[in-house]
Amino acid sequence: MPAPLIEMRGITKRFGAVKANEAVDLSVAPGEILGLLGENGAGKTTLMNVLFGAYAPDAGEILIQGQPVRIASSADALAAGIGMVHQHFHLAPRLTVLENLLIGIPGRSGRIDRAGGLARLAEIGRQHGLTLDPNLPVSALSVGEQQRLEIVKALFRGARLLILDEPTAVLAPTEVDGLFSALRSMAAQGLGIIFISHKLNEVRALTHRCTVLRHGRVAGRVDDPANTTSAAMAQLMCGHEIVPPARGPSTPGAAVLTLDGISTSQHSGTALRDVSLAVRAGEILGIAGVSGNGQRALAEVISGVRLPDAGQMTIAGQKVSGYSPREVQALGLGRIPEDRMTTGLVTNLPLADSMVLPRIGTAAFSSRGLLKPDAIRAFAEAQIKAYDIRCPGPMTRAGALSGGNLQKALLARELAFDPKVLIVSQPTRGLDIGAARFIHEKFLDMRGKGCGIIVIGEDLEELLVLCDRIAVMYEGRIVGTLDSADATVARLGLMMTGAEGHS
Amino acid sequence: MFRLEVRTSTPAWFNLALPLLAIAATLVLCSGLIALAGAGVIDAYGVMFTASLGDSYAITETMVRAAPMIFTGLAVAVAFRAKFWNIGAEGQLLAGAVASCFVGAIPMPGPLAMLLMAVAGAAAGAAVALVPATLRVKFRVDDVVSSLLLNSVIYYALMALIEGPWKDSFSGYPISPPIEDSANFPVLLEGTRLHLGVVVALLAAPLIWFLIVRTTLGFRIRVTGENPEAARYGGINVERVLLSTALLSGALAGLAGVGEVGGVHFQVMSDISPGYGYSGIVVAMLARLNPLGVVPAAIFLAAVMTGAEAMSRATGVPAFLSDVIQGTALLAMLVALLFTAYRIRRVGAAR
Repeated sequence: MPAPLIEMRGITKRFGAVKANEAVDLSVAPGEILGLLGENGAGKTTLMNVLFGAYAPDAGEILIQGQPVRIASSADALAAGIGMVHQHFHLAPRLTVLENLLIGIPGRSGRIDRAGGLARLAEIGRQHGLTLDPNLPVSALSVGEQQRLEIVKALFRGARLLILDEPTAVLAPTEVDGLFSALRSMAAQGLGIIFISHKLNEVRALTHRCTVLRHGRVAGRVDDPANTTSAAMAQLMCGHEIVPPARGPSTPGAAVLTLDGISTSQHSGTALRDVSLAVRAGEILGIAGVSGNGQRALAEVISGVRLPDAGQMTIAGQKVSGYSPREVQALGLGRIPEDRMTTGLVTNLPLADSMVLPRIGTAAFSSRGLLKPDAIRAFAEAQIKAYDIRCPGPMTRAGALSGGNLQKALLARELAFDPKVLIVSQPTRGLDIGAARFIHEKFLDMRGKGCGIIVIGEDLEELLVLCDRIAVMYEGRIVGTLDSADATVARLGLMMTGAEGHS
Repeated sequence: MFRLEVRTSTPAWFNLALPLLAIAATLVLCSGLIALAGAGVIDAYGVMFTASLGDSYAITETMVRAAPMIFTGLAVAVAFRAKFWNIGAEGQLLAGAVASCFVGAIPMPGPLAMLLMAVAGAAAGAAVALVPATLRVKFRVDDVVSSLLLNSVIYYALMALIEGPWKDSFSGYPISPPIEDSANFPVLLEGTRLHLGVVVALLAAPLIWFLIVRTTLGFRIRVTGENPEAARYGGINVERVLLSTALLSGALAGLAGVGEVGGVHFQVMSDISPGYGYSGIVVAMLARLNPLGVVPAAIFLAAVMTGAEAMSRATGVPAFLSDVIQGTALLAMLVALLFTAYRIRRVGAAR
């Protein structure tokens, strides 16, 4: 076994009384792809932030090729050959691909070395199949291309170890294949890679070895991920066995949400073109598609934050006229937005405020313009208890909660009002197995009670487990709808590229 | 070596400690200037203190100065809560002063006059604040710039009025005619200038606190300020909240002008406000946008202003020091606010 490229020994990092990492050992050899697994809050991100110089560890040391180093900033990390691709990209949208690459790279005598940059970019593209048009502005790139640029940026700066934090969360299935072949090619040339993901099938397909964190400590290591079952890995992560939820048969009732010929104008993102669909009571309808094919507009129209140009929508048999959040809510629609942090919650205010926000004007939480603080608090406390939302209390800043707990809070604030229809986008994005499992069970529970649910998602496996029917969106249209019994990842994947139409 | 690290939570006592820390830092920093001016630092601050808070008369003078800054401080605090960047409290104050002076000059029973002066002043301030807010909501014009520049427009319009058509024909100076004697706000303590408007200002603070913390409008203001996208998704009409906030903020700043006309000057002149509108920004920041905190913050700045004049007479340190203290206090507070989001950590320098 070759000497490790990088080694972390006994890393401990405390935040107040909380130990985010405790005596964590981790090493990556040249040419090795290491999977870093763990539930949310297990300490993966903290550990990588220590490695990348954002946090100073309270104890432990980092060795690069056997030499102890001190990494006090991201500049130190870059100089030590560590590159990181964050979940949220750090790119300047108005600058071109080449300009983004050259940011912070000193040229000769104060001049930017464009020619040298172009040559290096072409070389990296050839080596790993990571091609990009150097003259396109970043704002014109797809999410997958922006991620490719982040990887190229790290290689451009001479990274020998690349950290990827949930890189596949934003990609379509076809893009994932491209990413994996690039990562394999990099590893073949001796780079070390740390791959953080919740998706165990991806981890098994890609990585050579895994380190699993739980409660800040190393819970175990997997030496042969390809031949280890997902269930075994999930058990290491959670500390107990995880059984996938079983979707029993259901007898759907009358349509509780119908869209008939809904079209929107191009405002931001892809417009909807003549979208018709129906969700029946006691049914889960999935909306699959590569991100950016109109899902956002669809969710916004149904949620009452975007007015369609044409078409009709009904909720529980009532025609929607004003498309306002208040109207759709009053008709019995529950809404969970795609982006918890920016659209769902107010991170700087108490959790209780976010939990009552959509219904603050109703008699439950206010009367004659005066808030009912006791009712608000009691509501939040009851939901925190009912949904096991882990937080010190309803007055905790919402931003201090983990993603899984935030999603539970958003679910609680809608389900408390017994919606007849629920629309939810990316319900488990970024959640760990335990939290995702909880959310899925709630959906199936609601389905059993006769709620119609529409789930917009990119994770096809999740949709296949959860949904009774799956509709596929492509360029703002519904190109086909399959019963999930007839649907496979391959078939849906093909429809998502617009290659096959079905109805 | 030291470095900044992101905080996961902010202790509650910070809310009180930070302004005090900022004020302490300000006094230390400004002592250098006092020394440069050739005075003893302890002496100078001592004179400042006794002249502003040392006896009951001094306290009433400080309170008279604090009143307009309580109003402008509340105006700014309310606006900033919604992230409506109202830098225009000065212009709104002037508009309020002019409107109330017009009304006060009309003969009518005193209590009615005072009430109508307040209504007119608040309405004028609100109307002025509505301009940058509407420009922002309708045309996405930056409200910092538009509200700030509007101050000059209002100031020179006021100058044009009192130099021209509204010039007091009796005195011949560029000042407006005085309001009716019956419209003068009653003085509460014989031999002082402590007028009714000071009490109204002190009552306004808890009222605005209640509005922010306990009403649906206050809830909408807070949510809109912290996250307009979540507010819109949650069914809040963000544009309407911004306009309502602007009306409220402008009305409060307008009331500052009403108090100066009805309780202190009884007419309008070009220097009716020594920058109370801008001081309101310092007050609001020191109060951390809490309406209840506005009162002590305004009293602090008022004491500095009152005390600086006496200090100047006694020690020869120019009274401009009061402006320096105000500016330094704002900067110190902004730096102190950094510690709510970050903490300083010592990292071992040696390998």
